[in-house]
Formats: sequence, structure tokens, C-alpha cells
Amino acid sequence: MTNHWIDIRNSDCILIMGSNAAENHPISFKYVTEAQRRGGIVINVDPRFTRTSTRADIYTSLRSGTDIAFLGGMIKYIMDNKLYNKEYVANYTNGGFVVGKAFSFKNGLFAGYKVNDIGPLRGSYDKKKWAFEMDANGVPKIDHSLKNSRCVTNLLKKHYSRYNTKLVSKITGTPEADLLKVYKAYAATGATGKAGTSMYAMGWTQHTVGVQNIRSMAIIQLLLGNMGVAGGGINALRGESNVQGSTDQCLLWHIWPGYLKSARASNTSLAAYNKKWTPKSNDPLSANWWQNYPKYSVSLLKSFFGDKATKANDFGYDWMPKVDDGKDYSWLTLFDEMYKGNVTGFFAWGQNPACSGANSNKTRKAMEKVDWMVNVNIFDNETGSFWRGPGMNPSTIKTEVFMLPACVSVEKEGSITNSGRWMQWRYQGPKPLGNSLSDGDIIMELGNKIKELYKEGGAFPEPILNLKWDYVTDGLYDPHKVAKEINGYYLEGPKKGKLVESFSKLKADGSTSSANWLYCNSYTEKGNMSARRGQKDAPNNIGLYPEFAWCWPVNRRIIYNRASVDLKGQPWDKKDWVIRFAGEAKNGKYVSKKWLGDVPDGGWYPLENPDGTKRKDAKHPFIMRKHGHGQIFGPGRADGPFPEHYEPMECPVEKNYMSGQRMSPVAPVYSTDADAHMTCDPRFSIVGTTYRVSEHWQTGLMTRPQPWLLELQPQVFVEMSEELAKLKAIKNGERVKVSSPRGALECTAIVTKRFKPFKIGGTIVHEVGIPWHFGWRWPESGTEESANLLTPSTGDPNTRIPESKAFMVNVSKM
Amino acid sequence: MSKAFFIDTTLCTACRGCQVACKQWHDLPAEITKNRGTYENPPDLSFNTYKVVRMREQVVNGDLKWLFFPEQCRHCIEAPCLETAGDSSAIYRDDKTGAIIFTANTKNLNNVDEVIESCPYNIPRKAADGTLAKCDMCIDRVENGLPPACVQTCPAGAMNFGDRDEMLALAKKRLAEVKKKNPKAMLIDEDTVSVVYLVAYQPDLYCANAMASNADFLSITRHMALKRMIRPLTDLTSRLL
Repeated sequence: MTNHWIDIRNSDCILIMGSNAAENHPISFKYVTEAQRRGGIVINVDPRFTRTSTRADIYTSLRSGTDIAFLGGMIKYIMDNKLYNKEYVANYTNGGFVVGKAFSFKNGLFAGYKVNDIGPLRGSYDKKKWAFEMDANGVPKIDHSLKNSRCVTNLLKKHYSRYNTKLVSKITGTPEADLLKVYKAYAATGATGKAGTSMYAMGWTQHTVGVQNIRSMAIIQLLLGNMGVAGGGINALRGESNVQGSTDQCLLWHIWPGYLKSARASNTSLAAYNKKWTPKSNDPLSANWWQNYPKYSVSLLKSFFGDKATKANDFGYDWMPKVDDGKDYSWLTLFDEMYKGNVTGFFAWGQNPACSGANSNKTRKAMEKVDWMVNVNIFDNETGSFWRGPGMNPSTIKTEVFMLPACVSVEKEGSITNSGRWMQWRYQGPKPLGNSLSDGDIIMELGNKIKELYKEGGAFPEPILNLKWDYVTDGLYDPHKVAKEINGYYLEGPKKGKLVESFSKLKADGSTSSANWLYCNSYTEKGNMSARRGQKDAPNNIGLYPEFAWCWPVNRRIIYNRASVDLKGQPWDKKDWVIRFAGEAKNGKYVSKKWLGDVPDGGWYPLENPDGTKRKDAKHPFIMRKHGHGQIFGPGRADGPFPEHYEPMECPVEKNYMSGQRMSPVAPVYSTDADAHMTCDPRFSIVGTTYRVSEHWQTGLMTRPQPWLLELQPQVFVEMSEELAKLKAIKNGERVKVSSPRGALECTAIVTKRFKPFKIGGTIVHEVGIPWHFGWRWPESGTEESANLLTPSTGDPNTRIPESKAFMVNVSKM
Repeated sequence: MSKAFFIDTTLCTACRGCQVACKQWHDLPAEITKNRGTYENPPDLSFNTYKVVRMREQVVNGDLKWLFFPEQCRHCIEAPCLETAGDSSAIYRDDKTGAIIFTANTKNLNNVDEVIESCPYNIPRKAADGTLAKCDMCIDRVENGLPPACVQTCPAGAMNFGDRDEMLALAKKRLAEVKKKNPKAMLIDEDTVSVVYLVAYQPDLYCANAMASNADFLSITRHMALKRMIRPLTDLTSRLL
């Protein structure tokens, strides 16, 4: 979230699309309700009428996988009716940047496209073709009048000129009148002082165009001036309480902690690595915050390797793992390689891939190919017991499975970071049950054992032997020591041994450590900031509660908040203001610096003085971007600088009504014998999607064994329209078979008015939905299986998140 | 001051936290259920289930609604069950809160079925041995200054609990707000019960016994009037005998 949970209450219009907040983030509805009470409007767009829809002022449906068409139509509506905030777009976004002549878009392809023969990516782009035009100083040319025909705003207008409501409706199945109703209500937040927010989740991310779904919304938010303001932003509702924290600490392969880049094989030295990933801007008004990259990477290395990291040995950079250039190590690829027999062993730690991964049959078969698996979990699950699951023959499976019992969250001390980036410390309740251990204790002991073994020898022992591994007190894992390490220490000078106050103090010379620069300031000599429980609001009284817990970066509760003020530093929204400049002015010029409200996104002077003169010591508001501007044109993405509608890999239409490219031309498609995909196959003519329900959690590992929850949702179900049920002669409540080219499962039919057939390009398209919380291990019947048996191994080309939200299935009577 | 619930169904998201919290506080076993083609489960109130959130799909003026109604005992001000039982060791009113409490002695009542019949909202349920059970307003919690478990857990602000005056004032305030969008919104039987529901549409769309039907009420009133007339007589008779 750019904003945070409580801030939802400040919104004038909440677009809940790609999420089902009432069911899956029930607490969020407290703030949605509060916003409604204050006159805010709630819009819900979802293929199916959900518990969220019941509370929406406007509800409409769309076919799964067509969000870009829907949102592209909104961009066109905003541009055609000039509803954007011109001052904001011209000054704070790259809307005025002039794009180079090499850029083009024809028949669904951007300039620079090349088909990829090797796979799994279908193709790739030469992004140089999308570059901005630069002036003599190497600063992007900006036309603040937005008149240049090649400026971003005009290219945007041209790109979305095709997205008229008639065509959008033909693709999405949303009635044109509903489209206009949504566009009008949401675009009204472009007015100065109004704020609109978006609440999204896996309904937007789990697509071959997942990143571009969110880009579409980001463009809308930038056009309407909704970034940085209270009640605005792009708000990802995270699927687990600590997903934000785990991502921050680099759960994913492509990053190091704090969103530093994983080193590539071609980054052959620390200098080469830092040079490659440190952006350079020639604009004196661009803070270009990532210019500090080397300070953060060196502090991280110092944290990992301690005294062993010296200037002479590049602070141990050579000991860090390198990923091959152009290669991908994401979930889909890992299991693809495992399936092909290229992986020897793996840890399934706090997860249940046998049910949670797309194309679960492939995932389960892949597990047969490894020599060993360590399953760290609170209960045995479909993963640890995969070898005795449906269709498995234990006598032919070589995989040795080790179960390490972990204790549950309340039995351990530590922090979680919620969707709103709030790091919240939790104390330990009861002691761990039996011989279960906290994750910290397990990994400390594991690290010690591995170190012992490497002392005896082994290939390239240095990374392990030199790893600083001292997070214990009295022989037990100490979460405070880890939290302090994450914050970082002064390693030299007068403050040696003291905790660093803020990441602005980190150095690239090895004199500081920090295991995650973003969390620097979370645990200082003043104490554990995340354990604070202060109830006092900030002076702007918008629910920031700055003394409750701690949030990254540097306790800034709303990021990009410098965009919440005009060029003179005064808030667009006088009532629900986030920050305001309160420095002294003399003769029409600011002469002292002072910001009130939230921690500002950099404390520089505003761009203009009260008399309208430009300041040279100011900075553009989007400080994390190289050029300091919000990116309406996003030249860094794998699939294009503007979002474009492509059909899901499996879809019910033979052609994309928007262009000649049916599916994303750059999405990954895997090709083992377990990767069957079918489009427009009469055997699989129904759109399928997956989702969650309030009553279960993730793969259901923690909720299916819970009798009170199983009582509420005892069985996996498939929801379908009355029309489809009639067509298939299916009665409400009967057991049916749902199948895809990859697998099948038995479900109870819920025949409901909440699903309606879609009219797509003149034909009727049906859609069904299945929750993915079930698995054969529990309930005891063994009949309730995971919806991921159906989902395909394809995903987003930027993130490789699987496309579990739009695929093709059949439903038949048992 | 007696206590009351105010249940604002217009805010309910049917997360059913209340249903689980009720079971958890009362340590009631889960029922073995099946998906019957609806999320609503268990299918009905039972000896082990004091609260069921009803989830009904209704088309109102051409628009689809999914109406949620956390169904539970209304703790009637003049409780027909109590009157019908006529045995304060089995069913009594807690004077402080107004809670209608069923005790283990309900199994000794010789007119258990009549007690069940007497409820205009069809709430009490019987165990195999004839003991009756239903919502007890979490009287143990309330006596210790805590809200009922269902109220404590509600994230949506649908479940409210407090002094009757306060709850009625809140109900009326919310009714006025909701009426702006839904002119048919109403409070259900607010003068006669301690659990006041606010609904946006006509009550029978939510569940069969959302509102005490006129017929039920009349027959109950008649029945109760008769009982009251007879009671002094029976008392007198017993004393004479």
C-alpha cells in the first residue's frame, strides 16, 4: 500500500476491483464503512457478486482477465472529458515528457519486439526504443503545456483512443451504461481536494498482464492527482498478514532485502554491480533517491558478513550468489525445473505448494523428482504427504521427506509488517507446544549445522563460513538481535556499536551495517519503534497515528506525500491534508524550511516560492524515480510502457477484439507434458477463476482442521449462474466435476444469481469460480481438492506470478 | 437499565465471525455439515448453534441483493417462552440485563414443545434429553463488563450492545440515515424485543422469522393472556389443595 488501512476512511471514492475486501480483508471494511458514512462512494467491479458487492454503491461485473480493457476505457473517458488534474500531470508526472521517435505501437505490439525461440518467454522488447528524448544536459525534454504530439499525455490519449465503451463492453461483457457509471463516479475524484483509492489483490496480480493491470490503475491515479494524498493511492491488500514484510526482506529471488537487486553473473565486481543498479540523473531537481544504492548494498554486505567484509575483498560481494543474466528463478520456473529433474532437494517452509501452486498436478509430480524435501510447518500437509496423495504410488517415490514442526505465530516474538507497511512487534504468548520451534530457532540451528559441515570441507565454503551468525542469547534465537541487525549499526567512529538513526546515515565505505536500509530507523537507541503503541494522531488528524508501531520508510505513513501539495507546498486538500509547508516567507520567497503533518517525502523546499518563482534547491515529488516524476509512461516494464489489453493465455475468444495479438506477446509459457493449454476448445468452453472465502485461510492448512470453520465452509464448491446450471442440467447442491486441460476435481455446485453469463462479442460466455482452500489431507473424506489442479503454468512476464484468475474449464455432472 | 442489542444488517458483511465467536465462548461443538448449495451453514439453529447468519439472494426492484441476517434469540421484553414455561428455575429473566435465560432445568419442563411453539421467532432448540438452549446474551461476560462475544468480534460495526435507551437511540439514528437510500428500511419489533434489527428491505426477504408475524403475535398474546388469567387460579387451587 502506498497509503494504509486507516487511510481508506479518508477516501471520496473507493474502487474495489481485483479484490474481495469484505470477505478476505474483513477488518478493512471498518474503514470502507467509515468512508461511506462520510459520504464516500464504493464501487465494486468483480466477475461475481460477492459479499463486497452487497456493500457497494455501484456494482458491475466483468469477465475475468479483461481489467485493462475496463480501465483503459476509463483512461479514455478521463482524457476525452479533460477530467485530469492538469497542474499535477504537467508537473509531477511524466505526462509532459517527450518520447523518442523510435517509439511506436502497431497491431498490439510496441516498438522493439522480438520473438523468443528458446522460451519460456514468448518474446521480448528492446526497451531502448521507448526512451525519452533528452536535452543537451541529458535531462528529459518536458513540455509542461502538454501540447507536443509525442509527449506522454498525447501518446496516452492516442493509445487509448481505441478503448471506446462499445469495444470495451464487447471484450469485458460489462454493459456500456455500467462502464459509464463507474467512469463518471471515479473520474470525479480528479477534482482538487477529492481523493479516490483503489483496493486490489490477487484478482489483479494473478494474470499474464498482472503488472499492467496495476499500471493501468496507477496511470488513472496519476491523471486524477490521487497519488500521495489522503484517501488515495494504490493499495494492495496483501494475502497474508506478513506478505509485505517477507517481500521487504527479500522472499523473492530477484531482490535482496530492501528491494536491492539480486546480483547477475555479469556484475563481476561490487563496483560493476553498484554501477549497473545505481540510476543516474542529470536533473538537479531530481532527488533520484536510488543514487544512494551503494550505501545500502555495502551496508547489507557488512551486515551479512560482519568483520569478514572488508574493502579489500569487496565487502564479501563475491560470496553472494549470482543469478544468470536473463534467467528466471521464480516459483513457476523452479517447479518447471524440478519437474524436469534438475532440482535435488527443497525446503517447503511455511507453505503448501501441493495446493497453492498453479497447476498442482505438475507441482506434485515435480516433488517425486527431488531426493529430499524438508517440510517446515505447524501441521502435516498435502506437500509433506504428497507421496501418499491421490494417484501416487509410494513404493516408486524416492523422495525422502523430513518434517520440522514449527510453532504458531502467537508462540513466538517478532514483528509482522502489514499491507500498510506498518511493522508491528508482537510479544510471545504461550511457549511453543511440544518440540516445535520458532522459525528463528530452526534456521539458527540449521545455519550452525551447515557451518559445521562446511568446516569439514565442501565446494566454495566461504559464503557459509564467513556468514555472521550470532543472533542468539543464552543459546536461543533472539528476535531483538535480528531486528537490530536489520536496522543497522555504526561500525566505526564515535558512535561505534550504536544503532543507526536513519538510512540517510548509511555509508558505502563499510563504516555502517544495515540488513535492510528501508527498515533503518525501526530499532534505534531510542528503542524498538515497532513496539510503540501510542494513540495520538498527527496534527492533520487523518488517522496517521505516527506513534503507533513504525512504518517504512522512516515512519512515513503515506508515501509520495510530496505530491499531495501544490508547487508552493500547500495541500490540494485543505481538510484532509497530509503535509503542508510552513516555512517562513520573506518578500515572496521561502527563507526557512518546515513541513507539518506526515514525515515528508524528503524535506526540501517546495518547487515554487509564494510569489511563483521557481526554486533551484527543490526536488520533484516522486523521489524514488530516476527523473522524479510519476510514471504515466513506464518504459521499464517487460510488456510495454502503456498497458494494453491481451486475452489470458486460455480464453473464450478466438481473437483479441483490441488487436492482432491474442495473448501477451512476452508472457512465459511452459512446455512440459504437464503443461497442456487450450483456447477456444469446445471441451473447455467456460471461463474459470479461483478465489478465497472469509472462512478459510490460504490452502486451508490452518483452517480446514478447525471444526468451527469447517462447519461454515465444509466443502470445495463451484459457483455458477442459473443459466449455466440449466444448460448443464445441474441442480443446486449436487456434486459435479470441474476439469481443465491439466486436471479435474469434484465440487459442490452452488447455483447462484451472483454469477451471470457475459455477452462477449455477440456470444454468451459463462464463468465459474472455485475457492482454492481445500486439499485431500483434510477433511478426512479426502474428496475436497485444490482448485489449483486446474490453473495453468503461465504468468506475468515481469513477476511470473501465475495466471490463476482466468483460465478455461468444463463443468459436468458426475 | 436493561440491555439491548442493535444489529445493523445494512453493515453486516456475513463474515460470520459472530457465529464462530458464539461457539468459541460457549464452547459449543461444531456440527458436521455439508455444502447445500449455499454458504449458509449450519442449516439451522440447534442445541449446539445459538446463532446462524442467514444469507439470502433476493431480487428487489430488479436489483440483486444478498441479504445477511445474524439470527438469534430476541430476548423479548414479554417473553412468551418464559410465560409458557411458567417455571423460573427453567426459564427466567435476568432483571439487571433483561436476558431471557434457559437453564438445565428446561429438561424437566413438561411442555417443552409448547415453549418452542410459543416463540414468535422460532428460536429455542431441544437436545435429545429435552433440554432447551439458545442465546444467553453472554450473560457471564456482560456481568463482568464485557460485550457479548458476537459483538466483541464484529469487524463491520453491525453488532452493537449496550443500555436499551442508548441502543434504541442508535437504531433510530441509523434508521434515519439508511432511509435516505432505502425508504423501506425499518427496525423490527423494536418495542417488544431486546435485540433490535435494522433491515433495508422487507423483513421476510431476510429469513422466515425475522419479524414476529401478526398471526403469531395474536395467538401468543391470546395464549399468554389466558395463562395469566389461569395462573392465579392454579396458584389458588394449589394452595387450596
